[in-house]
Amino acid sequence: MTVATSARRHFSTPPVPASSFPYHPGSMLSVVDLSVEEVSRLLKRAAELENQNPLERDHILAKRRIALLFYESSTRTRTSFELAAKALGVDTTLVSSLSSSIEKGESLKDTGLTLRALGAEAIILRHPSSGAAWLLEESTRLPVINAGDGMHEHPTQALLDLRTLLKHLRPKPQGVKSNTLAGVTVTIAGDILHSRVARSNMLLLPRLGARVLLCGPKQLLPEIASHAGPGIEIERDFEAAMKQSQAIMMLRIQAERLAGLQIDLEEYKAAYQLTGQRLAALAPTALVMHPGPIIRGMEITAGVADGPQSAILEQVTHGLAIRMAVMERALTAKGGRA
Amino acid sequence: MKAIAIKGGHLMDPAAGVDELKDILLKDGRVAEIAAPGKLNGAAGAEVLNAKGLIVAPGLIDIHVHLREPGQTHKETIATGTAAAAAGGFTAVAAMPNTIPVNDTAEITRWMQAPERGASARVFPIGAATRGSKGEVINDFAGLKAAGAVAVTDDGHPILKDGIMREVLAAAARQGLTVIQHAEDTRMTQGCSMNLGPASFRLGLRGMSNESESSLVERDIRLVTELKDSHAHLHVAHTSTAAALAAVRQARRNGLRVTCEVAPHHFLLTDEHVGLYNTHAKMNPPLRSAADRDAMIQGILDGVVDAIATDHAPHAQHEKEVEFEFAPNGITGLETALGLSLRWLHKQWKMPLGRVLSLLSAQPAALLGFKGRGTLTVGSFADVVVFDPKTEWTYRATESKSRAKNTPFDGWEMLGKVRWTISEGRIAYSSLT
Repeated sequence: MTVATSARRHFSTPPVPASSFPYHPGSMLSVVDLSVEEVSRLLKRAAELENQNPLERDHILAKRRIALLFYESSTRTRTSFELAAKALGVDTTLVSSLSSSIEKGESLKDTGLTLRALGAEAIILRHPSSGAAWLLEESTRLPVINAGDGMHEHPTQALLDLRTLLKHLRPKPQGVKSNTLAGVTVTIAGDILHSRVARSNMLLLPRLGARVLLCGPKQLLPEIASHAGPGIEIERDFEAAMKQSQAIMMLRIQAERLAGLQIDLEEYKAAYQLTGQRLAALAPTALVMHPGPIIRGMEITAGVADGPQSAILEQVTHGLAIRMAVMERALTAKGGRA
Repeated sequence: MKAIAIKGGHLMDPAAGVDELKDILLKDGRVAEIAAPGKLNGAAGAEVLNAKGLIVAPGLIDIHVHLREPGQTHKETIATGTAAAAAGGFTAVAAMPNTIPVNDTAEITRWMQAPERGASARVFPIGAATRGSKGEVINDFAGLKAAGAVAVTDDGHPILKDGIMREVLAAAARQGLTVIQHAEDTRMTQGCSMNLGPASFRLGLRGMSNESESSLVERDIRLVTELKDSHAHLHVAHTSTAAALAAVRQARRNGLRVTCEVAPHHFLLTDEHVGLYNTHAKMNPPLRSAADRDAMIQGILDGVVDAIATDHAPHAQHEKEVEFEFAPNGITGLETALGLSLRWLHKQWKMPLGRVLSLLSAQPAALLGFKGRGTLTVGSFADVVVFDPKTEWTYRATESKSRAKNTPFDGWEMLGKVRWTISEGRIAYSSLT
């Protein structure tokens, strides 16, 4: 009774239901949830907060409470959220997986509910599992700021990267629109597959008009990456990508997430290391960026990291301003669907 | 047991070629008489069920369910799982052996069928192929069969070693038992929690390739080919990829005894339904691409698919309320299979009602050799589903008879409402009670 399969027939099939996330308008789970107008507002507010008198600024959210829930180690993100919170007068508490009941097997849901019961008004979450921030929001219905979920997203990093790009490429301060970065090509190079920074940037920058070139070996950059969204292309030849780019974002190989993948590091360096020579020859004016931590001598040479084109430490500084704006949004947004 | 006369209904028994108004009398657990409307001879004193406007069909048969007992009664028990089965129109289910302990003995096989379990539908245990489903030592198939096992499998722990799988196929063939394989080369899927594709990349989740399924199906078919004279029967569980289905199709053309089933979620949903980490869309095999989903529909319509099976896999709510990658695989399915099949296969994709019912009863019965089931002729088991084929209704997981509520179909529109389910002559479910 079997008949030969003909050409693929089109079937009318059940629709994919629309997402109900985020529940809380103060949440920042993914860059996808942010409208361009909202990005623009956050950038403006970051600039205002940065320039404000610190003695006035720390009254803005005086004695409000934010919990930092960190299941992964972090230097930059944790410290910058903490300092940004304190700059606005927010009381913070840090819960990390190695010194809490998480070690005893308490679930993310129960940890979140406990923090809420203790008075946390928002939670900043860093977690090794992709999607953890969605689970936490669903469980607590608090504003949740995703400070990195597994291999998925790191939205505040993309915002601070955007701020860094704008400072150099669009120095006249103004809001952003869907064409603000028209004509700008940004290369993201390295371990794209395991990088939440790459995902957030590739999903955000094209919405402001930028073209994103992803560059890396097949193992770390599968072909399907180019389908992640519009404005994303794959260019495996690092030098060809560099030549076209006004900014180059380098990524670390995430040894902790390789899951058995074997990478020949010498080959990798030969093909993808950002060296002074390559930079001078192919992109002498491009901005060099890196979300950190950098591994000197691996994806980037020490000379380039410390060189005049490097914006790496500037990125860190921009993180403070962005995170002030994001936390203010979390604690002042109205209309959460509880 | 009181006799039951179902009167005024439209008897649809694809295996017997019956598709007309008939009254049917059930007595002592068997079909006693079938007659033109109003013409039953022995109906005096019988309880009469008025089936006017309703379809009377052989009770549905699901050859792939997880009843979780023994060992995980917080998820489901044989009683609650079969209550859900009856509510869904099923009168017989084949229960997978991944219980705790694993069902690898005649003793557990018998225990699962004991009256004390309180089953509302006939439970056919499937025995583990290897001890503890560890893929090393082959179980006593003769003993399992004698105790009532209808097939063997290591289900979620697919047999990867060629030598062991060959031996399992040959040993099962000697006992006339089917070997069911959950086709997944687990060496290729470590740490994976969904289908490999644009969605998995976007969500930052590790993805299972289509090859992890199709390569094992191809390997198993090669082994069956080598064992051709042994009449080995390979059944591919929950087929989810076009490539695996193509391999089954080719094997059949080559005259091999290779069958396959498809679950409703694999002919309805795609990996896009994972949405933002919805653990009720996490199962194994995972929801695949639209092209694979369409291949499942096509395979059902053109007949290469032998059965619809739900892979009913109940889990407690707290077990699913965790990070996506840590959530257990599986969804419930017994109460939604008929409603979804009628709504989509029949209404949407125009599959004749009789063929849909056949995939849910006659064909699975034939596949695992359930004698006297999957058809309603005089002398066969009084396993009957009576349903209204026109009623559209909304499924509510909270109202489920299953102990578990983990379904992606909560709130979905169903077509066809079960009015009565009769299992071996007893009313196992009635929508009015």
